[in-house]
Amino acid sequence: MTLKAFDPLIARKRCMSYRRRILEISQQVQALHAAGAFSCLEMVDVIYNGLMRGAAGNSLDTFMMSKGHGCMAQYVILEDLGILSRRDLDLYCKPEGRLGCHPDYGVPGIEASTGSLGHGMGLATGMAYTERHVNKGDGLIFTVLSDGELQEGSTWECMMMAANLEVDNLICFLDHNGMQSFGNTVETHPRFYPIREKLEAFNWETAEVNGHDAAAIFDAVTRRKGDRPFMLIGNTVKGRGVSYMEGGAIWHYRSPNPEEYAQALAELTEISS
Amino acid sequence: MRNKFADAIYEISKTNPRICALVADISPAGSMVKFREEFPKRFINCGVAEQAMIGIAAGMALKGMRPFCYTIATFSLYRPFEMVRDDLAYQNLPVTVIGMGAGVIYSTLGGTHHTMEDIAVASAIPNMTVLAPCDPEEMRLATTWCATESTGPVYMRLGKAGEPDLTSGAVDPFEVGKLRYIVRGEGDLCILTYGITMKMAFDVADRVRAKTGKRPSIVSVHTIKPLDEAGVLAALNAHARTVVIEEHVPHGGLASRVKEIAWDNGVTNSVKSVTLKDEFIHFYGSYEELLARHGLEAGAITDNL
Repeated sequence: MTLKAFDPLIARKRCMSYRRRILEISQQVQALHAAGAFSCLEMVDVIYNGLMRGAAGNSLDTFMMSKGHGCMAQYVILEDLGILSRRDLDLYCKPEGRLGCHPDYGVPGIEASTGSLGHGMGLATGMAYTERHVNKGDGLIFTVLSDGELQEGSTWECMMMAANLEVDNLICFLDHNGMQSFGNTVETHPRFYPIREKLEAFNWETAEVNGHDAAAIFDAVTRRKGDRPFMLIGNTVKGRGVSYMEGGAIWHYRSPNPEEYAQALAELTEISS
Repeated sequence: MRNKFADAIYEISKTNPRICALVADISPAGSMVKFREEFPKRFINCGVAEQAMIGIAAGMALKGMRPFCYTIATFSLYRPFEMVRDDLAYQNLPVTVIGMGAGVIYSTLGGTHHTMEDIAVASAIPNMTVLAPCDPEEMRLATTWCATESTGPVYMRLGKAGEPDLTSGAVDPFEVGKLRYIVRGEGDLCILTYGITMKMAFDVADRVRAKTGKRPSIVSVHTIKPLDEAGVLAALNAHARTVVIEEHVPHGGLASRVKEIAWDNGVTNSVKSVTLKDEFIHFYGSYEELLARHGLEAGAITDNL
């Protein structure tokens, strides 16, 4: 299977409409996590609309959102691809619905239940190993991790194993927005930086790009050597696209009030026009 | 039991390409070597990384495999508890977590290696099936069920090595979800137990018979969850006295479940339990000596009935 035609300019407009939809569904229930969905949105968009091969809902490849709190980014894309319905998203976090603040296995397009951090690397490694070495297929496993997840020991247990298990079909994206609930990751763990060398020390192939630059993301992944597990460090901005959200840790939890909501929609309209 | 487990996995794997084994730097002896050599891609030693073992197994199950995760009981369940809960049970994946050497069998290794609460911990998780076969043959049958019929996660508590055959003359066949009379007595005393404590149950029964002339019933409650509540109730009503013997802390295991069933159903016959104490005992001696410190000793149990 070949890759879809991927146009970064169209992707840019698409992501702005996704952001508006994310705000819309979250605003209905005053839900949290919009800012975290905004930071990883371009990467998730490139995965679904550029890298995953085959028809929507019947792809050769698998995407699993390790940073489950970013799932609104996934939901709006699944809606756009026709895998989730408008009704599904309109009922986000409502009693009659099936979409919550974290992705749930069993919902169409959701490959695993995530949300508690530090689980995705194990799940993705197991999936990739089975695809490559047991099923002997060509399926790629994509996952997006948060930088906070790198603080979980379980992530490193699997990171340490992945190259040994020869999962060259494992393609991870790090949503490196530099923020966690308590503040900035560089303040929580200053000695953890730089990250990239540590990944390479475990024999991962890596690349580092602006995580909101769709063309750079697409190029970095498609140009990888592909003989080892691959990690794309995407340097991102929490709340990207809405001025008052950008870089504000509080927007991990807060929802806009009506005035803020109107301002956000206006800003996103300006950007997309 | 661990050799028999390795044999069972090997035999099933010859015809079932979905079976895989993940271990955490410890392997059952015997046929696991053959398994690893013949099916190298279906065997992963995760090293001393139990969270990775469970997480990777979950990912494999999501792609169609039926993994078995194997290590010493404390490490297979306690260390990666959240992976067992979220990755396996929440998603209801057919992964079997083997807790080898459960109870206080690693007596001289100290409390870090004593698995005294695993039944309570595993049973508390929705979707989880909890099995504790009492001898190598029950273990083989339970393993076969896990490999071929289970539809969700299983925690299976195993002994270590050298357990005798106790079920070749059993009254009832083995069936997951049903308790099993190994010996059916005359209605005076019923002994409910599971796992390797079955050997002690036989010892107690022999002593009771020598003392009273009456033959107790001996029941293997190999499936602790879902518990055969109707079977337990029938046993309680069919015997003047019932005792639960359990190598587990007093709360959250079989003993407390049996007492719940008795209370809920207004059972008036006697129900007693003998369990490990709710204590970390800092004692270094043989397995039997440590059990005796906890009050699990056939002579003392018989005297107190």
